[in-house]
Amino acid sequence: MSAPLPGPVMVAAGCGGTGRELEPFCGDDGLDGLHVVTRSITLDARSGGPGPRVVEVPGGLVNAVGLPNPGLEHFLATELPWLVRAGARVLVSIAGATMGEYADLARRLARAPGVAGLEVNVGAPDDVGAGLYEVREPFHSASVIAAVRREFASDRPVLAKLRPDVSRIVEGARSCHEAGATAVVIGNAVPAAFPDGRAGGLSGPAVAPIALRCVAEVRRAHPDVPTIGCGGVRDLASANAYLDAGARAVQVGTALLHDPTTVARLRATLRTTAHLPGPEETP
Amino acid sequence: MADERRRVAGPVHVEGEVVATKRVGGYRHLTLTAPGLPERFRAGTFVAVSVAGHIARRPLWIHRVRASSAFGPTLDVVVQVRGSGTAWLAAQPVGTRVAVTGPLGRPFALPKDPVACLLVGEGYAAAPLFPLAERLRERGCGVSLVVSAPDEAGLLSALEARRSVRSVTVLTADGSVGQRGRVPDVVDDLVARSDADIVYAAGPTAVLASVAAAAERAGSWSQVAVEVPTPCGTGLCHGCALPVVGEDGVDRVVRGCTEGPVVRGDRVRWDALGAGS
Repeated sequence: MSAPLPGPVMVAAGCGGTGRELEPFCGDDGLDGLHVVTRSITLDARSGGPGPRVVEVPGGLVNAVGLPNPGLEHFLATELPWLVRAGARVLVSIAGATMGEYADLARRLARAPGVAGLEVNVGAPDDVGAGLYEVREPFHSASVIAAVRREFASDRPVLAKLRPDVSRIVEGARSCHEAGATAVVIGNAVPAAFPDGRAGGLSGPAVAPIALRCVAEVRRAHPDVPTIGCGGVRDLASANAYLDAGARAVQVGTALLHDPTTVARLRATLRTTAHLPGPEETP
Repeated sequence: MADERRRVAGPVHVEGEVVATKRVGGYRHLTLTAPGLPERFRAGTFVAVSVAGHIARRPLWIHRVRASSAFGPTLDVVVQVRGSGTAWLAAQPVGTRVAVTGPLGRPFALPKDPVACLLVGEGYAAAPLFPLAERLRERGCGVSLVVSAPDEAGLLSALEARRSVRSVTVLTADGSVGQRGRVPDVVDDLVARSDADIVYAAGPTAVLASVAAAAERAGSWSQVAVEVPTPCGTGLCHGCALPVVGEDGVDRVVRGCTEGPVVRGDRVRWDALGAGS
């Protein structure tokens, strides 16, 4: 049994708050039926990094937020039930320090009511994901995906969120797909530096051409590997660029920080343009 | 129903328009229309405004709200030019359309009883204290207002506020107007003189920290409007870290835009914010 692919428009990890803050900007439907990827959840609570966590640069934002989250227990007790009640299709982004942690997270989330799927954060820029399982090589990501897939229901999607590194993405996408990833999300923030030299990740429109190239490369080499475009999606044109390159869905991230209504507008537009294969049409 | 509640209480993201612009001292006061926003305003909330060519929003305190005018309901914001984004904003003529999100954040909590209140504000950030003073007066509270700045150009005018407050103290570091001094040096005296049960403060971190400490020493409650760098203003990005101590005595880092900007002064970990009190 294959898991359905989420989409066509999703909220990217780390850009939707806890969901509650996004809801007022999602029109009459609110979060109902919307695929929301949560910010990355870790087993234990993390308070996040020191400020400034986000700095504006031409074409994007450099960020090192440090994965602040209340930890799995608190998330399961408070944030997840709220999202489920709001009607969101919740994909929980997970991050762990070890393969065992990823597996633990997957096992616990598999039992939690209302979890539509998982997104495995295996591509956080170095240092930003300080304390996370180090994913240097494609086989590292693949082994994490395999560990997660073993613990999580096979009829629900597991997405692998990878760094948009064009020299690695083809092998990374293929190995994650072989390891059981339903689709590969391309991409995460690009390793970058703050103006003061601190390590961070670049996201926003500046990343779009890079992620687009990665989507196209994966499509060319492995047309059977479903991809989800993420990076600089802010309107129909930027979403269609990914879809035309072969992506099956898109995630909206940084654009929400500029205009929190972006997801609702894009959802409404795509509904009427019927450009995308709906989730039900995907294999 | 949740949907109904959201429409009435939640923030909105709308296209606003600059309907008046005025230089006052070192700041630019903009009057904006923003359909649905003024009606939702409570003192201490803010707006996030889009700026041409920038992704991050510019957070601005709401200085005043008019329920009706020739343009319908409007809100006033105070812009201090600090970089290219605020410079752009300050330079926009009447008729410019801007995307406005708000009202955002937690407002000042108001006392149920008509108690004595001291309001201490410094610079442009004193803006939310003016509508707060009006709300407090409506509740029968005796309000003492302190407006402070390094110099005259940095002061927000307290002229209009005189109607709604019992006393106004003007404080400048260089003595160009009013009393010479800085808030941290005189705050204990101000708190004692006002005999305030609640002290409200808005301004730079060092000012807030000193006010919170003075309130604590005097046995008063304090509410402070904290400014931390706020990339989105809506709570989505988790970029505006505000270190606090929770009700349970546990250290936490919350979002300045969502769990703040107004928090109890005794809950802020000022040392972690870089302001030793």
